[in-house]
Formats: sequence, C-alpha cells, structure tokens
Amino acid sequence: MPKREVVALGIAAIVVAVVLPLCNLLPAGSPLAISNFTLNLFGKFLTYAILALGLDLLWGYAGVLSLGHGVFFGLGAYAMGMHLMLEIGSKSVYQSSLPDFMVWNQVKSLPLFWWPFHSAAFTLLAIVLVPALFGFAFGYLAFRSRIRGVYFSIITQALALSAWLVFNRNEMNLGGTNGLADFKTIFGFPLSQPATQRGLYVVTALVLIAGYVLCRWITATRAGKVLVAIRDSETRVLFSGYSPAAYKLFVFVVSAVLAGVAGALYAPQVGIITPAKIGVLPSIEMVVWVAAGGRGTLYGAVLGAFGVNWIQSWLTTSYPDLWLLFLGGLFMGAVLFFPDGVVGALGRLGARARRIVSRRADPAAATPSVSLGRPTS
Amino acid sequence: MISRLTVLLSLVAWLAAGAASHAAAAPAPSPKVAAALTDLTGDDADKREAAVTVIGQTRDPKWIQFLSALRDGSVYTRARSGKTELVVGGTKATKGDQDVIDIASAYEREPLGTVPLTDLKEVPADRRLRLTIKPFLDADETQAQLADPDPNVRRGAAVKLGNQAVATAAPVVEEALKKESDRWVRHALAEALALIQLANGTPAQRAAAARSLGDLHSESAMPSLQRLAADTAASPAERAAAVMAIRGIERWGLLTRTVETLFQGASLASILLLMALGLAVVFGLMGVINMAHGELMALGAYSTFVVQNWFRAAWPSHFDSYFLVALPVSFLVAAAVGLVLERGVIRFLYGRPLETLLLTWGASLIIQQGLRLWFGAANVDVSSPSWLSGGVPVMVGLTLPYNRVFIIGLATAAVAAMYWLLFRTNAGLRIRAVTQNRAMSSCLGVRAGVVDATTFAFGAGLAGLAGCALTQIGNVGPSLGQNYIVDSFMVVVTGGVGKLAGTILASAGLGGLTKGIEPALGAVFGKVAILVGVILFLQRRPAGLFATRGRNAEA
Repeated sequence: MPKREVVALGIAAIVVAVVLPLCNLLPAGSPLAISNFTLNLFGKFLTYAILALGLDLLWGYAGVLSLGHGVFFGLGAYAMGMHLMLEIGSKSVYQSSLPDFMVWNQVKSLPLFWWPFHSAAFTLLAIVLVPALFGFAFGYLAFRSRIRGVYFSIITQALALSAWLVFNRNEMNLGGTNGLADFKTIFGFPLSQPATQRGLYVVTALVLIAGYVLCRWITATRAGKVLVAIRDSETRVLFSGYSPAAYKLFVFVVSAVLAGVAGALYAPQVGIITPAKIGVLPSIEMVVWVAAGGRGTLYGAVLGAFGVNWIQSWLTTSYPDLWLLFLGGLFMGAVLFFPDGVVGALGRLGARARRIVSRRADPAAATPSVSLGRPTS
Repeated sequence: MISRLTVLLSLVAWLAAGAASHAAAAPAPSPKVAAALTDLTGDDADKREAAVTVIGQTRDPKWIQFLSALRDGSVYTRARSGKTELVVGGTKATKGDQDVIDIASAYEREPLGTVPLTDLKEVPADRRLRLTIKPFLDADETQAQLADPDPNVRRGAAVKLGNQAVATAAPVVEEALKKESDRWVRHALAEALALIQLANGTPAQRAAAARSLGDLHSESAMPSLQRLAADTAASPAERAAAVMAIRGIERWGLLTRTVETLFQGASLASILLLMALGLAVVFGLMGVINMAHGELMALGAYSTFVVQNWFRAAWPSHFDSYFLVALPVSFLVAAAVGLVLERGVIRFLYGRPLETLLLTWGASLIIQQGLRLWFGAANVDVSSPSWLSGGVPVMVGLTLPYNRVFIIGLATAAVAAMYWLLFRTNAGLRIRAVTQNRAMSSCLGVRAGVVDATTFAFGAGLAGLAGCALTQIGNVGPSLGQNYIVDSFMVVVTGGVGKLAGTILASAGLGGLTKGIEPALGAVFGKVAILVGVILFLQRRPAGLFATRGRNAEA
C-alpha cells in the first residue's frame, strides 16, 4: 500500500470508528453532537459499504458483474436474525419459546435447521460459512463451464429472483414476507440501548476497515494482478497458463463472505430483515453504489455506498416519487458520463488542475499524462 | 311505469300460458294444492308461506307461472257462486268511468272475460312471500334457459340442472335433448339427464345412468358415482356400473389433464417466445441484454389501454375492433421509444455489454416510474373484445380459452414474420451479416449503425406487441414487465445467440417444463428447479443451445 493511502486510511478510520461514536456521546445540545438515529443510519451505510467492497473486488477488478449479491447479504442477515429470534426466547408477544411467526403459522416445534442457531459461536461461523459455501457451489458451476459476461449477470439475476421467491414462502419457516424482526437482545446486550447500538456501529466500522485492508491486500498480490488481467482479457490469461475460473471463484467467494458479514451486521442495527432486501432490485442497486462511486478503486465503492444511500434516505422521505427516477438517472449517468465514478471524475479534475499548475511553473516539464485506460467490462 | 311493466309481463305470461293450455288436459289440482290455494287467500302469513312452498314444489310450469303472477301482484280473488275463486289479471283498461281488467283462470289460464276491477280483490304479495317465491322462479328460469338462442347459456342451464338433480326436471331435459342440435349442449343435456336419473331413478335406471355417465366422461358425476359405488344398499349391478364408470372417467381425466398441461405449456411458451424474440435478436446483434425490454412491454400494454379508452369514448359501436388497432399502435409506440433509447444512449456504449445492461436497467426504472406517475400505481382495466372472451371446447372437460389460442397464433405469426424478415429480405441479410462479423460488414459497406438502430427498434416493437397480447391474459400495471422479464432472459441465455431456432426451442422447452413440473413442485420451487436446470444445462453448453461456431476464442 502506498504511504499516502495508509495515511488517508488511518485518518478515515479514526474519524469513522472513533470520532463519530465520541460525537454521539456528547450531550444533545452540543454543536458536534450526532443523534442516535444518525449514528444508526451511518451504521447501516457502513454495512452497505462492506458489501460494496466485495462487489467492487468482483466487478471492478475481476470484471465479473453479479446481479445477485443481495442473496449473500440475505444469507448472512438471516443467519444472524435466526440467532436473535432464538435469543428472544419466551419474551415474545405469544410468550412461546418459538419465534412469533411460527406460533402464527401453527408450527408446533422448532424446525431442525434452527437448532444450531441457539449457539452464538455457531451463528458467527454460519455468517461466514453459509454465504461462502453457497457462493462456492454457485460460482463453481458457473465459472467451471465458462459462463461469463452478460450470461453470468443474467444467471445471478435469476438466482436473486429465485431466492426472493423461496424466502417469501411461509413453509421455509423463515418468516415469509414479513421476515425476521422484533429482536430484543444481541449476545445478551439489549438492542434498544444506545450503548449497544454504538458498540455495533464501532464493530461495523472496524469490520469495514478490516475488509478494506483485506481487499487492498488481495489486489496488491500477484492474484490481484491476475484478476485485473482476467478483466481485461480472459482469453489471454487462459492462454498464458492460468486458470481464470479458479481466480474468479476465489474472488466470488470472498465477495460473498463480505456480503454475508455485511448482512449479519445489518440485521441487528436495522432490527428487521425481510425478503425485500434480497430480490432483483436491491441486488442491482448494490451495483450502482459501486458504479457511482467508482469501480476498481475500493474506496470509490465505499464512498458510493455511503453517498447513494444517503441520497436515498433523503429522497425517499422528502420526494418519494422521485427516488426511482433519480436511481434510473444515476444508472444511466454513471455509465454514460462517469464510467469510473465520482472518484474517477474527481481524479481527472485533479490531474488537469495539477497539469495546469505544473505547466505554469515549468512549461517544458509538462508531458501528456498517460492514462491507464478505464476498465472495460 | 313499474305497474305498466308488470302488466305487460303478466300479459306475456298469460299469452304463453294460453298457448300451452291447449296441449294438456285440465287435471283437477291435487287436494294438497287445493288446500294451499285456500290458505293463500287467507290472512295467516305462515300459512300463506307454506302454501307457496307447496305450490312451488309441484314444479309444474303452470303453477310456477301462477307464482310469478302472484309475485307481480296480478293474482286476484273474486266471489263466484258462493265460493272464492283465484284468477290471474291481465290487461287493464278504462271503460267509461270504470277500470276494467282481463282475467284468466289460475292454472289453465283460460280467459274468463273482462270484469270491473272493483269486483276483484288483490292477493297481496309482501316481501316475505316474494322471497319464498323467488327460488322456485329461479329454478324455472334455468329450465327456460334451455330454449335460449345462445348455446353457451343452454349449456350452462343444462349443467346447473344436472347439479340440482331434481326429478321433475327430467322430462324438460329430455324434451330439450330431442330438439338440441349443438354437440356440446347435447352432451351437457345427456349428462344432466343421467345425473337426474342417478339421483332419483329406479335401480335399473341408476345402473344405466351410471353407464351412460361413464360413457360421457362426466367429471361432475364423480361424487355421486363414488357414493353409489360405496353404497351397500344398492344392487350389485348398480355398484359394478358405478365402479366401471369411475374408472373410465378417471382415465379420461388423466387424458384431459395431459392435453391441458400441453396446451398451457404451449401457451406459456408462446408468451415467452413473444417476449424473447426481440430480446434475442438484439442480443445476437449487439451482445446487449436489453433490461428495459419488460418496460417496453408495459408501454405496449398501456398503449392498448389508451387505444381502448379512445374507442370507448369516441367509437363505442366498434369497440370490439379496438384490439386490431391496438396491436400496431403498441408495436409503433414501443419501437419509437426503443429507437430513441438506441440513438440517444445505447450507441455510445458498443462493445461494453455490462455497462449497456446497467444503462438499460436505469432506463427501465425511469420508464416504470414514469408510467406509475402518469397512469397511477394501481392496475388499469383492459377489457377483452368479445371475440377473445370465451373458449372453444375441444373435448369433454376441456375448453381452450380464445385469448390463449390467439397468443399462440400471434407468436407463430411473429416467428414467421421474423424468418421472412431475416432470410428473405435485404435488411435481414444485413442484420445477419452484422451479427456474424460487425467489422467485416462495415468494411463491405453495411452501415452497421443503421442496422443496429432499426433492429433495436424492431426488437422493441416486438416487446410492445407482446405487451399488447399480455393485456388479454394478465394484469396491466407499471410493474408488468418485471413479472416476466427474468424468464425471458433465461430463454435467451438458454437459447444462445445468433439462431432463431435456439430461442424457439428454449422457450418451448422452458414453457413446457415449467407447466410440467408446476403441479408437482408448486410455482415457486418449480421456478427454482428451472434455474438449477438452466445452470446445469449451461455446464454442457455454455453458450446456449445453438452457439455460433467459429474460430473466435471469445465465443
């Protein structure tokens, strides 16, 4: 990692993981105070940013566009949600040891696959392993048979649709359309306490930083170079003796795990997880975070996830009719005018400014800058 | 106004009765009915109600007509040689300063001359009495429907009579069966007759009825046949006949269900084909999956809605032909939007299929939200033209709806037109050339940009056409496109690019498979199974059914 990036990352990490929670501790009247609501909102955005990191690694570096990452997000969130449901115990509305929706659906005893989620350790393991295994199985079948490009995107979209349909069914014993909600405690800490939410926020921020470092490390290794090579010309990589399928599968699983972890952090902070978060539309919305922020940069994805969702939470409350129009415009604008996202556009602007400055200082030294070229899809 | 209408009605009833009265001799009313008639003239509401029930249960058409007259308030009593006599009133008139009325006898409706209204006392029909009368009249109406000019009404009446299985309806049904010429109504009548006999006949009649129900493949007779087969009081002959009939009906049911599933599969396949056709051609030509295809379909559907409203407002007499106008209009609207989309944005992104995919998705969101803001979020109502409602009965227990048949026909026509366009015209030649090798075609003077634009517009137009057809079988709302779009993507992916046959085969395969496994797995898990099937299929053929063979390593 270049030194400048380490410094920038350090500053950002301190601001996000330390300063913001401290501001939340300030009394409400203080000018720097951050309300519990805002901190919670930021926490949600941070989970999205974790997911966006994985998606950027997959799309921005390896050139694989997945339109089904909502599924992995949902797997992580449901795994965490199942544990939280069981933690409620008999403090639920129906005072039964079963989750409320099961009482409602007249399920007599806890289904077998719910049992292991009593254990916190198992749950934490499942949050990582379930998306990983599912991603591995799906990715193995897809990449082995060299399904690529648009074909892969369409197949993942079909995956999102199927998963959405399945999670909506009551007989899956996952809460149907209403999903899992009304969590009371997480590992014994009451979720209604601001302190618990603050703790969750800090954990999310730390996971995001760790995820960023992990992804940055992957891109800096030889494997990262191969990924970029696959994006730019898979055939040449194949002919050079590499197995693109193995690399793509690896990065697909990594991004699936990141999405699952993001989901697991999402569920307790937002307090509900429904199939509406894993369908076709939410899955493709995740892609636009990366596209708008700037793909192939990692920090662009983080900024995109934060920025787009901030605009969404503002627009959907103030001008609900305009949100879909804005989102559609964002898709088109990001692709047409900012192919490398806000980050890329700012970078170009900065480069031009530097060129003008340096030309003024020393006209002879001004050489045309060589662009590495925008990533092709 | 109302009273004039009732008078008119009773006159009609009176004339009809008069015509019928010549046929049968006049039997004296049974003692029970005679007592009931006396009760009717009394004041006790309970007795009057019981009297109506007794009269109604005779199921005698003439007594039913009498009840009808009673309901309309045109039954009177008059004192005649010391007794009270019931008469039915007809036309009222004014003669001098007196109101006079034509009267007829209660049962036979023999004209009894014209008498002053003051000589008569009306038998009042209050709400309670009218409610008691109603079911008898309704039952009678069903029998009357057997003479309706519309075969569908006759058939419906026959089915209803069969389900009621009232013994007194048997002669009416028999009479109708003799006169009936329509094949399907005859079948329904025969079925009704057998059902009535099965419920009310002698043991021999019941056995015969069971046999004939078996021959008629009557699905609706199953419950009564099963009862008969399990009835230990019935004779062995009857039970054996019932068992045989059940077996025959079950076999026939299996056959009809198979044919029905095949038809539903064909219908779904043609819907998928209509949607996927435009998608596949554009995908083959430009490598672009048009995510806005579903919204172009929605545009076609809403165009149909608008055309329908024009016709309803400006040209109601030709409402049925609105659909013929809507078909080309929806094609043109969607094609125009497609052309704008292609020239406006998509052409800047050639060679970057994933970005085009996101771009068209953005366009789809904007179109969808635009439709929602313009037409409202609720579904709009598109009514079928009369020539598309109803269906054609092809075998016992199976009626194919016209709208489905129409869609199969439309899909076939679209495929034929596509083949003609691609393989018989110069434009098609250019499309195929650019599909195979864009650079080389450009070198040889094909203007690839023009080919792209026209093909994209054509593909969009096909989407509009599909949307227009969909109005006949599903809801029309802003999210119409979303419901089908992923399925049609699957068709394109499975079919592969460059060959129409792949698209046709894939939609037939996926449509048939979906309908085939749906009964076993349910709609949701059926869909999941299809996805798994497609992924496994792509293991064998990563580029779909008919991949273009070549030396290009990227293909």
